[in-house]
Amino acid sequence: MAAVEYIGRKTAFWTVGRLRIAGVIAALAVWELAGLSGLFFNDVLPSAFRILRAMGQLLVSREFYEHLGVTVFEVLTSFVLGAVTGTAAGLALGISRRAGDIFEPFIHYLAPTPKIVFLPILLVLFGVGMGSKIALGSISCFFPMALNIAAGVREVSPTLLRVGRTFSLTRSQTIRMIYLPALIPAVATGLRIGLAVSIVGCLLSEYKLARAGMGFLAGQYGDKFAIAHMLAVLIFIFILASLGNAVIARFVRLPGPGDRGSVRLAFDK
Amino acid sequence: MARTMASTRLTLPPLLIRFLVIAGLVGLWEIASGSGWINAFTAPAPSSVWKGFEKIVAEGGLGEAMAITFATALMSAAIGAVFGIASGYILHIWKAAGEAYTSWLAALASAPLVLLYPLFLVIFGRNMWTIVAMGALGCTPPIALKAKEGLDGVKPVLLNVGRTFNLTPKQQFWMIMFPASLPSIFTGIRIGLLFAIINVVGVEFLVNVGGLGQLIANLGDRFDYPQMYAGIFFVILVSVAFFWITEKLEKWLLSNT
Repeated sequence: MAAVEYIGRKTAFWTVGRLRIAGVIAALAVWELAGLSGLFFNDVLPSAFRILRAMGQLLVSREFYEHLGVTVFEVLTSFVLGAVTGTAAGLALGISRRAGDIFEPFIHYLAPTPKIVFLPILLVLFGVGMGSKIALGSISCFFPMALNIAAGVREVSPTLLRVGRTFSLTRSQTIRMIYLPALIPAVATGLRIGLAVSIVGCLLSEYKLARAGMGFLAGQYGDKFAIAHMLAVLIFIFILASLGNAVIARFVRLPGPGDRGSVRLAFDK
Repeated sequence: MARTMASTRLTLPPLLIRFLVIAGLVGLWEIASGSGWINAFTAPAPSSVWKGFEKIVAEGGLGEAMAITFATALMSAAIGAVFGIASGYILHIWKAAGEAYTSWLAALASAPLVLLYPLFLVIFGRNMWTIVAMGALGCTPPIALKAKEGLDGVKPVLLNVGRTFNLTPKQQFWMIMFPASLPSIFTGIRIGLLFAIINVVGVEFLVNVGGLGQLIANLGDRFDYPQMYAGIFFVILVSVAFFWITEKLEKWLLSNT
């Protein structure tokens, strides 16, 4: 609606496009000026050009791809594990009202706890290698997935379920033919938040203690005070996260922020 | 949807079943650990975790650690609230900026910003400010989004009443817009505080500085597993309690406005 109002005022200088370009330029300028200002230690905020060069150097080094491979493997494995178990739990809690009444509070209240504190236990159980990272990533991903699916199941229209009963569908047919199609928005939201938190889970545990992976690599550059390279790794991590998001958006039609009039945040009902 | 079948059967109240499930799990763990089915060193029995808990309360500085974590999270959330509400207000009154940047803000709110922590570590060093900055960074975007949403949703009739009384823009904001959007702002701050606590505990754990996160990291480094498990369960318990209280508070606030 604001857009309509806006188009009416063609004379305004600050159009959306110009504002966005100005925003990017301003952010870059603030970064460069802060780096030059001398307020920060030397080289803490390297110029964007040096970061770009570091990104280029990483892209042609073999080591980078080894670390990238480790992280991508960890994230994907934990994402799949968390999404599958979360979906199963969410379906069970949503379909059986009794199970939902009893067990959903556990998941609801455990969801916003900082999962990283489990890492010491997971390190003992699964070792310093990929196992502990995958475990933390899956635990993180499980909660948003289960909660979104359970809520989605409860929002499935009773009319559809009655239609299903009229056709005397079996339980598995009801799930496949009624619940799953109606659940696509919930699945999309769950997957999107789930992917973000599995990335956080895997990467934070790599920062803490690891022998390989992007988080490990960023930490190593940080220790060597190679800040441009460290930032280059961080930028690749964020590019990876948004790529994952884009892939989910492509395969599952997302209810975009505009459709609902409000942005859906984690822990907001 | 009505399940008349279930109500005719004898059913235990959910709260009791939840309690029984927890008690059962704890009992099972105690037996498994005591009889050597699971390694009692790396997964100590609940009884020794309880002893560990008494020990970190008495001599491990659990209370102090909790106070530090909460103070840090509150400070981060206060910074986040100031910046968040201010940017929400700007995006509300400057429509073009709202159009241009709100989707960016939403992307930031769901982006894994905590992963930027190595950058903040080199800027601020291994101290409390890194933690405050990470907490504030995590909670500003959701607070800003919710503030803008609340301000956008103020009923035009209220604004017209303000205009009828010839309120200055400042009065219009403090006497009408701010109170009317308070429920949404409160939701934003609640979510922001949760984000802040998650980030604060996480970064404390990573850099070994500060409150509860640091406590767990230290106990883990010392291989003191009964105390470490106690610390972990305590953090989980505290964040559950915190989430529960703020959720109830929000419900109460929403039903009274």
